[in-house]
Amino acid sequence: MTEPITAGSAVHPARAEPPAAQTRRLRAEGLTVSFRLPDATVRAVSGADFEVRPGRCLALVGESGCGKSVLAHALLGLLPGNAEVSGRVLLEQDGQELELVGAPQAVLARRVRGRSIGLIPQSPATHLTPVRTARAQLEEALRELGAARPRERADELAERHGLHPADLDRYPHELSGGMAQRVANAMALAGDPWLLLADEPTSGLDRPLVDRAMAALRELCDEGRAVLLITHDLRAAERVADDVAVMYAGRLVEAGPAGKVLHRPRHPYAAGLAAARPDRAFVPIPGMPPELTRLPDGCAFAPRCSAAGAACAVPPPTTGGVACHHPLPEQDARGGGGSPDRDPLESRRA
Amino acid sequence: MLEAREITVRYGRQAALDRLSFTLEPGRTTGLGGPSGCGKSTLARVLSLMLRPASGTVTVDGRTVRGWRQRAPRELRTRVALVYQQPRLAVDPRLTLAEIIAEPSAAAGRADPDRAAALAAETGLTRDLLTRRPHEVSDGQLQRACVARALSLEPRYLICDEMTTMLDASTQAHLVAVVEAYRERSGAGVLAVSHDDVLLSRWAHRTVRFDRP
Ligand SMILES: Nc1ncnc2c1ncn2[C@@H]1O[C@H](COP(=O)(O)OP(=O)(O)OP(=O)(O)O)[C@@H](O)[C@H]1O
Ligand code: SF4
Ligand SMILES: [Mg+2]
Repeated sequence: MTEPITAGSAVHPARAEPPAAQTRRLRAEGLTVSFRLPDATVRAVSGADFEVRPGRCLALVGESGCGKSVLAHALLGLLPGNAEVSGRVLLEQDGQELELVGAPQAVLARRVRGRSIGLIPQSPATHLTPVRTARAQLEEALRELGAARPRERADELAERHGLHPADLDRYPHELSGGMAQRVANAMALAGDPWLLLADEPTSGLDRPLVDRAMAALRELCDEGRAVLLITHDLRAAERVADDVAVMYAGRLVEAGPAGKVLHRPRHPYAAGLAAARPDRAFVPIPGMPPELTRLPDGCAFAPRCSAAGAACAVPPPTTGGVACHHPLPEQDARGGGGSPDRDPLESRRA
Repeated sequence: MLEAREITVRYGRQAALDRLSFTLEPGRTTGLGGPSGCGKSTLARVLSLMLRPASGTVTVDGRTVRGWRQRAPRELRTRVALVYQQPRLAVDPRLTLAEIIAEPSAAAGRADPDRAAALAAETGLTRDLLTRRPHEVSDGQLQRACVARALSLEPRYLICDEMTTMLDASTQAHLVAVVEAYRERSGAGVLAVSHDDVLLSRWAHRTVRFDRP
């Protein structure tokens, strides 16, 4: 039978986890999200299995519209009313297990959002209320989290995230893209969550700032936090992620150690994505993106896949972390390029 | 030519651009690189007639710009189109994607549903997305609609300010190819503003770099 794609679960032998963190883990099994529209159903996430744990960074990559942001929002119960969520998401912490799918909003607000799981939303400028200063919004978040002296704490957070405290007194439209990003980072970490969901945290930053942001994420991991990084920047993912999961049409189609998935992908979509990078072939994957309202029964990538055959009319099983009937062979699988892996595959398999 | 001469723009007391001159030629793609905060987006907004400089002149094919934003004469405004980094801040949230793409032609009294549909397909928007509103699509899908909208009036100059930062590698390569195909068939001038030097080296004919002011 089909083995689930499990990303982020390999034990890292070199990096010891702090003892308090050992009981923490987030595990999704068969996470599925669809949106009901008047005349159609959008299948945004289909049966995602993954795991995130302290000390590790899992990067989620894939075509725009494939379901990455919806997946992140589903973990926090932040989807609109027309969304239907099924499957399981277990949050293990402090010796307890909390099922997040279907959890009451009050529980999510009191115990999960901001406290256990912080979210840096995509396009942060659009998530700030335009009529209130960044400070008013950050202080409100801090008060909700029960901070004793929100004003001092806000200044402290600002400085830690590379902002001048006076920057907080600006209204959202007076913040540059990079500043809005830093305000969002400060908000997400205000409640000291152990798991951070970072949705495109570097778009709009130049290379030195991207590098700094990635180093900061890595530091969070090394301090014992877990990071789920959603990014289009495969060079950034390469620098910081331990594991990479590739999503296509709402499914995780390949997952594994970062070096392997980014440099020697085996799923044809993952290989096409890797080859499209501007530092590689810079050619788009041919054909149109899938319509999530009319997904085929078999592999959703088939209309664009040069390896497609008759077998592809039925859903591919997942073997070795790859959901494909005809994966590229292990030895000569390539996505172009050959920079050394951050961490050799062998050491992770120990 | 789209020309900016001796442009100065200040935010508060700080000069974002200080007597800067810049020329965008038709038929070619000019890259504009440089670090965050160096004034690239400010120049992009001046060139697309969205921001009035404190001093200096902008001319579009020899005509001097005297009104900005809504006060720019229509035939100048429609000669220059801007695609900008954050699609969610660039669209009316009440409109469907189809309406967003058709909006400029409708406003110009040149509604052309066939062309709007062709542009949607060219930018990779499937039919199911066109009846949705911005909050019902992803950021990248919305950006595809913004590119289609920018091309709808066949601008003579296209300013792409960090157009692809929220797009995956394949969609980025696709939209760059769409813009380049448009430039080749129309002879338009393209300004590609990006932090990503690797991207500019693959996309632009020549690249100008700004340093911090
Ligand atoms: N409220 C909604 N109603 C219907 N469909 C929706 C809604 N929100 C999102 N979708 C659809 O769900 C799919 C997944 O969207 P999502 O925002 O997760 O994409 P993404 O992978 O984050 O893309 P990007 O890289 O562009 O940010 C998209 O095809 C989108 O059109
Ligand atoms: S299952 Fe078939 S169509 Fe799908 S990616 Fe693999 S080879 Fe291509
Ligand atoms: Mg997204």
